[in-house]
Amino acid sequence: MESGFGSDFGSDFGSGSGGGGKLDPGLIMEQVKVQIAVANAQELLQRMTDKCFRKCIGKPGGALDNSEQKCIAMCMDRYMDSWNTVSRAYNSRLQRERANM
Amino acid sequence: RSRRGGTGNTGGTGGTRNGMDAPSAAGLGGADPQLQRFIEVETQKQRFQQLVHQMTELCWEKCMDKPGPKLDSRAETCFVNCVERFIDTSQFILNRLEQTQKSKSAFSESLSD
Repeated sequence: MESGFGSDFGSDFGSGSGGGGKLDPGLIMEQVKVQIAVANAQELLQRMTDKCFRKCIGKPGGALDNSEQKCIAMCMDRYMDSWNTVSRAYNSRLQRERANM
Repeated sequence: RSRRGGTGNTGGTGGTRNGMDAPSAAGLGGADPQLQRFIEVETQKQRFQQLVHQMTELCWEKCMDKPGPKLDSRAETCFVNCVERFIDTSQFILNRLEQTQKSKSAFSESLSD
């Protein structure tokens, strides 16, 4: 497993299956969930970086000045707010669709 | 009202899909029903997550000017509307595609489930 999380969780959950070659589905499911969470965090970060770079950096200078850094910090928070708003709105819509079926 | 092209096909958590519509889960989980169920659930959750990522990105372009100290109510309303209209667009496209394919009898076979 290339993720650092894999080895950390392996030692915590491995003892549950009693050692030996048997694959514990519970262990696999937990590791998969972690991998999925990591992937989602990476996706979020990548899109956030893209958007905030576009919003906050004009002509790239020799360093990030104070206003740029402040902008990026605010942008990150607003992006998270937006993500949460979209998530809630989408969830509501799905529930409404299910209720209509 | 029931629409065949409902949010299940736009990547939602799958109110329209049951176990029989997800043959890949059966193949991946093998004989273990617990693992199979897990894969179904996680796949649906991921479809939801992916769409949230996509819509956030799209709606950010439409609804966000300069990032401020908080998300003002106008921007928040814009995001909510944006999500709704995106789903509407997706359903519209699926429904219209279904209709136009039905009128061309040569293609209707390839699109029916």
